[in-house]
Amino acid sequence: MMKGIIVDDESTAREIMLEMCKAIPEVEIVALFPNAIEALKYVNHNPVDLIFLDIHMPGMTGIDFVQTLNDAPYIVLTTSDPQFAIEAYQYDFIVDYLVKPIPVDRFETTVKRLRKAFNQTEEEVAENTGQRELYINIDRRLIKLKLDEILYVEAKGDYIHIKTFKEEFRVHSTLKKIKDKLPDRLFMQIHRSFVINFTKIIDIQDNSVLIERQIIPISRSNRPVLMQRLNLL
Amino acid sequence: MEQPTLDYIKEISGGNTDFEQKFVTVLQDEFPKEKEAYIDFLSKENLEEASKVVHKLKHKFGILSMTDSYRLAVSYEEELKDGQREQEEEFTAILEMVHAFIKEL
Repeated sequence: MMKGIIVDDESTAREIMLEMCKAIPEVEIVALFPNAIEALKYVNHNPVDLIFLDIHMPGMTGIDFVQTLNDAPYIVLTTSDPQFAIEAYQYDFIVDYLVKPIPVDRFETTVKRLRKAFNQTEEEVAENTGQRELYINIDRRLIKLKLDEILYVEAKGDYIHIKTFKEEFRVHSTLKKIKDKLPDRLFMQIHRSFVINFTKIIDIQDNSVLIERQIIPISRSNRPVLMQRLNLL
Repeated sequence: MEQPTLDYIKEISGGNTDFEQKFVTVLQDEFPKEKEAYIDFLSKENLEEASKVVHKLKHKFGILSMTDSYRLAVSYEEELKDGQREQEEEFTAILEMVHAFIKEL
């Protein structure tokens, strides 16, 4: 999950952006700020992954703000003035440049760009840190599982069952604990008892998915999130 | 004259009436204050500050799907920065019309 903030001196613009961000389940907006100075104080103590940033703000402009950041997160600039676009794109962490009022279909392009940027980052982190496997403790033995071989995880009482192509492992743990260890780019929770590797889905019906030969239920609340992550024609 | 609508807000909300109502409340709270501030700055010949309020007001025109009024506000904002106020009458008429619309929401 990516943590994001919205910085805009216009409260209506902040509210609209907050509403639009609900279309990105990977993003959690953790704070909204009416000016760049307050936002700067916040990000200095609370690192974020993404900032929706207005350019024209009193005191410190969005461009001034960008120039003060040492380790900049992804930034989506929002403005009523297209003249800053060329300057904006000299920074590689600026993912998009939106002219207000932001058309809904234009924001969908922003969502695609953010997803692409996030996925690249997660892959880079995985490659740099070697997070391609998970060790599970079974009878005091640590067994290595390759993440891309996990099909799904099912919670049963005090245990979780990890299903791979070849085997099934019963581990004393919770679904939440393993979900936190699994990368969002491959895994998602679709039911209170199931986390799936969504690259292993064979087909989807109204309220279930098929993985290998197992039919797994989708809860009503998780279905829209799953559908948004699929590359639908 | 172009009429304001809530079409854009409804499109964004996707039927979330809580958001629509919250947005209307913000408009009803902010717009009259900004309009008053704009008139006050103009009466004091403080065109620089008036242009900053126009900058805020123009966003609200955009959100209310008033494309032509938004363009006029962009141009008027620049005019005020240059110490001119030729489009004042036209802009004020839009302000009054939007204010009446917001009161009725």
